[in-house]
Amino acid sequence: MKNYDKIIFELSKPGRKGYSLPKDKYETEGLKSIPTDLLREKPADLPEVSELDVVRHYTNLSNKNFGVDTGFYPLGSCTMKYNPKINEELCSLPSFTSLHPLQDEESVQGALELYWNLQRMLSEIAGLEEFTLNPYAGAHGELTGLMVMKKYHESRGDHKRKKVIVPDSAHGTNPASAMVAGFDVVEVKSKPNGSIDVEDLKPLLDDTVAGIMMTNPNTLGMFETEITDIAKLVHEAGGLLYYDGANLNPLLGKVRPGDMGFDIMHINLHKTFSTPHGGGGPGSGPVGVASHLVQYLPNPRVVKDEKGKFHIEGNNNEALGNISGFLGNFGVMMRAYAYILSLGKEHIKDVGPLATLNANYIKENLKDDYLLPIEGVCKHEFVFDGLKDKSTEVTTLNVAKRLLDYGFHAPTIYFPLLFHESMMIEPTETESKDTLDSFINVMHEIAREARETPELVKNAPNNTIVRKLDETTAAKNPILTYKALKEQEA
Amino acid sequence: MSHKYMPHSEKDINEMLEKIGVATIDELYSDVPAEVIFNRDYNLPECMSEEELRKHFQELGNKNQPLIVFGGHGAYDHYSPSVIPHLLSRSEFYTAYTPYQPEISQGTLQYIFEYQSMISELTGMEATNASMYDGATAAAEAMFMLVASSKKKNRVLVSTTIHNHVRKVVETYAKFHGVDISIIPEKEGVTDLESLYKELETGDVAGVLLPTPNKYGIIEDYTHVAEKVHAAKGYLAIYADPSTLSVLKTPAEWGADVACGDGQTLGMPLSFGGPYLGYISCSKSMLRKMPGRIVGATKDIDGKRGFVLTLQAREQHIRREKATSNICSNQSLMALYATIYLALMGEKGLKEVNILSCDGAHYLYNKLIASGKFHQVYDKPFLKEFVVRTDLDMKKVNDYLRQHGIMGGVVMEDGKVEFAVTERRTRKEIDKLVDLMLEA
Repeated sequence: MKNYDKIIFELSKPGRKGYSLPKDKYETEGLKSIPTDLLREKPADLPEVSELDVVRHYTNLSNKNFGVDTGFYPLGSCTMKYNPKINEELCSLPSFTSLHPLQDEESVQGALELYWNLQRMLSEIAGLEEFTLNPYAGAHGELTGLMVMKKYHESRGDHKRKKVIVPDSAHGTNPASAMVAGFDVVEVKSKPNGSIDVEDLKPLLDDTVAGIMMTNPNTLGMFETEITDIAKLVHEAGGLLYYDGANLNPLLGKVRPGDMGFDIMHINLHKTFSTPHGGGGPGSGPVGVASHLVQYLPNPRVVKDEKGKFHIEGNNNEALGNISGFLGNFGVMMRAYAYILSLGKEHIKDVGPLATLNANYIKENLKDDYLLPIEGVCKHEFVFDGLKDKSTEVTTLNVAKRLLDYGFHAPTIYFPLLFHESMMIEPTETESKDTLDSFINVMHEIAREARETPELVKNAPNNTIVRKLDETTAAKNPILTYKALKEQEA
Repeated sequence: MSHKYMPHSEKDINEMLEKIGVATIDELYSDVPAEVIFNRDYNLPECMSEEELRKHFQELGNKNQPLIVFGGHGAYDHYSPSVIPHLLSRSEFYTAYTPYQPEISQGTLQYIFEYQSMISELTGMEATNASMYDGATAAAEAMFMLVASSKKKNRVLVSTTIHNHVRKVVETYAKFHGVDISIIPEKEGVTDLESLYKELETGDVAGVLLPTPNKYGIIEDYTHVAEKVHAAKGYLAIYADPSTLSVLKTPAEWGADVACGDGQTLGMPLSFGGPYLGYISCSKSMLRKMPGRIVGATKDIDGKRGFVLTLQAREQHIRREKATSNICSNQSLMALYATIYLALMGEKGLKEVNILSCDGAHYLYNKLIASGKFHQVYDKPFLKEFVVRTDLDMKKVNDYLRQHGIMGGVVMEDGKVEFAVTERRTRKEIDKLVDLMLEA
């Protein structure tokens, strides 16, 4: 099916249909009650296709995709772990999926209990007081957490705190979320080993600082060993510490963000807690806070009364406001809850150590061919600065594309921005030594090709469904719909 | 240590430690200050086998009561074709990452392109992004687009007739980002256009956000609104239910610059509020202010058609604090949901859905008024959702309905109740609803 190249609109034939609806048994006049000047003038041009057309078309499209079930994803900062199948089964139970978000509390006690249980479990894992599960994704969690931060300062009448400090190695969402939340972003430099430069931080810590956003291990996979000093300095200056949970996986069983001094954090359920990435979403980005910030969490909240009944509270005046239409991506929460219960207290503590073991194993095996800018143990991920032998002029992009030819996904590339040829590798704990060994072998093979037949690597990928795509023209003359494509082709 | 999700044998671990040059896994954490090491077991439940997990979820599920839904208010119980979950469960779709490597992500990229094409057809706008979290956050991002497009103006007018849950999110985003929101009052259930026009005269309005259908289910008439907003050098965003756009005048036909809303109505399960699907469409001139991912068609070096993420210079991973939004992901799998739904339904099916819903809603409305217990509030056109007023004790009525497996109308302020009817409701169910309410 490699050559299948139709767009759904190209299968359309007038008169075909893919739906069945009941007969209209009402004697009402329907649309006639609506004045015609409120009705659509020109019909929407949607495809007319049969059910089998649709099934084959999207099955063929799925064959043009790579997923965790297809092969290994060494994608740094993305924690592409296995997505357990039982979770998919459980989250489709009609006793949950058929619930309307505004049903009476009495009729959704099971759903609220699940939400509440998960929020308690995340609090225990994070070492923080309370969680909201309403944020839809990691970046949405960051935004929510920063709103908590702002609300905290404002409620104390401390209106001059407009600055949020972000390390130069931070995920792009950190500064962007701070901007959306109405803060000014100040960058703090990294030392050559990738850690925050405490000496560079100190002068930034005045009474205009609202807080600092950090991830630990940082985006180089290195643990910020001065974290307790940093926490002390930021707190003494009246600021709060925000933990970007993108890198939480290596800490499971070992360290809790709350114990390091963080006041606010988000967790990416689609990373650490195994829910599928879905080709880009839906995710879920629960936000946890320390005890002095609980009252600012967004409305609505799920609470449990002394009789064990669950309630939805939507009118807390101290809350920062609402950040979601209802209670977040509930279907994603169900999967994360199932995952935590599958592992239980006995196994969840192995997640971090085994993820860390896997990352270090790859790093030690490949550092003869790839440039390791920072020596020492890493945590769940690490960064190479391209191939060691720069004379071949084979770039990180070339290596990444060549990996596709070998049936592996590429690492995260050109991030963090601290190095020119960054190649960020994160294997996760669900991959076996055998898989890691085959990846290591291929990476060595590519390094050999770069020396012996560099053109082969530079022209990669060679055996994918499409090859190098023209992104420049795509951006210069955007073709964003089938209609525009047809006009262009005509 | 052994667990089915962690494939490491003792032997593997020892060999790996040896290669790394440490004696134990703990040594890999030797750089972590001792005072932050977590030294006890988590206070969490013990691990469950698959069968125990199934039972646990069944027990929780038994504490829920799935109902025959007559509530709407932003979430609607539409028919969901059987094909969709089957295709969505193909793991090449759901276990994939964001399509940053286009050569091995053409499946995802192409369905997003198809999604953009279909939503653009419904809204009548030239461009649509790869999707947002939900309708409420899409409206908040649309509000930012209005401000970003109109240089230096910072006030956005929002009609009070927009759904409350949407308004609350828009207000939260605006408050923190520093955008001034002015709420335009309603008159007889629709936006008070006179007061809207008066606000425009001040000259400081960046844009206007209006709904259709509105929170009472009423289809508002926005004739001349776009002209007036544009004359005041502002931009117009319309929050619209995309399913209804198969029959109702589109945001583009109203002259809007931005369209946004929630795609849950495209057959998505109610799922206790999520995951749903936010959408944003806009005119070509607003394209570079659009948040989120966008997919474009292009060719590969062999001249073969392909798709890529494009216009990424707007996004956070490139622009950091100068990006149009902090959004990183989209609701990709839900966009696939909407795409398959729209492919199956086509223009005719979607129209039929709306006619059936409209007929059912009017049938219920007429019955309620005829009962003498419910009264007209607004004399305005509606499609699948409407409000009536009643002197009945609706708390008691809704409790009684629930005992009979029905979710009744959503109670609003001052005795108003809102009902929604979709094509999933039968005439028999509607008759039963009315009978039960009258005997409660």
